[in-house]
Amino acid sequence: MNNIFDIAGSGMTAQSVRINTVASNLANAQSAASSVDQVYRARHPVFSAVHANAMAEQNGAIDPWANAPTEGQEGLGVQVLGITESQAPLDRRFEPGHPLADKEGYVYYPNVNVVEEMADMISASRSFQVNVELLQSAKTMSQRLLSLGQ
Amino acid sequence: MPAISFSNALGVHESALYLRSRRAEVLSNNLANADTPNFKARDVDFNALLEQASAGQRASGFGSDTPSRTNSKHLNLGDIEANGDLLYRTPNQPSIDGNTVEEHQEMARFAKNGQDFESTLYFLNSKFRGLQNAIRGEV
Repeated sequence: MNNIFDIAGSGMTAQSVRINTVASNLANAQSAASSVDQVYRARHPVFSAVHANAMAEQNGAIDPWANAPTEGQEGLGVQVLGITESQAPLDRRFEPGHPLADKEGYVYYPNVNVVEEMADMISASRSFQVNVELLQSAKTMSQRLLSLGQ
Repeated sequence: MPAISFSNALGVHESALYLRSRRAEVLSNNLANADTPNFKARDVDFNALLEQASAGQRASGFGSDTPSRTNSKHLNLGDIEANGDLLYRTPNQPSIDGNTVEEHQEMARFAKNGQDFESTLYFLNSKFRGLQNAIRGEV
């Protein structure tokens, strides 16, 4: 029963990381730069399920497909394996008057898809809400269990 | 006559309570992983597990303190936490990232499981009240 608190907590942590990256992406959606290397790229968290004996096996590599549970293994929530930068093409605009324009007059804008980010934000906040409800149900169940036999 | 045997007095409800709380964990894990790519939703077969648990209880017979297991699949109370009985859910609408969690369904199951947990608690409370009344000699 007490695992529910950890599980819902891990879910809320993961979703708040996701909301954070959405906020960062939206805030930087128009952050121009003068070269491909300097420009901001959209960031997204990679989620992965946590299993009882998979906790120790993390070695920094981001591979959500590698972490499949073995038969009958019970899950212990969700974790954020890392943040990836989007590989979508950058937005290169011809703006010679821009102070950050390069020699040819081009400015680079981030590859943030604002529509996608807004959808992501709604999904993350809904999932956060689900985890809060889980926590509340688990709390009620524990309280009722504590009063057993009284 | 042995002293009061709680497993005989409480019947199936003791195992049921444990199974309900474990199922709540499995379902909440599904919901926490609703956005995890390639996550497969799990569930326990409650009826089968409870059947095993109560079969183990019946096999032990009344009055014996140590339940005997006549079949290796029988569950003693300590054994219910064995993990080999988690099944995978078949999704109605599989998603492209390999995730099989259907949030609304899991939420409904979680709510129902919570209600079943409540009713098991109610039964257990009634049993305890009955025992108390018997001990006090009241009606």
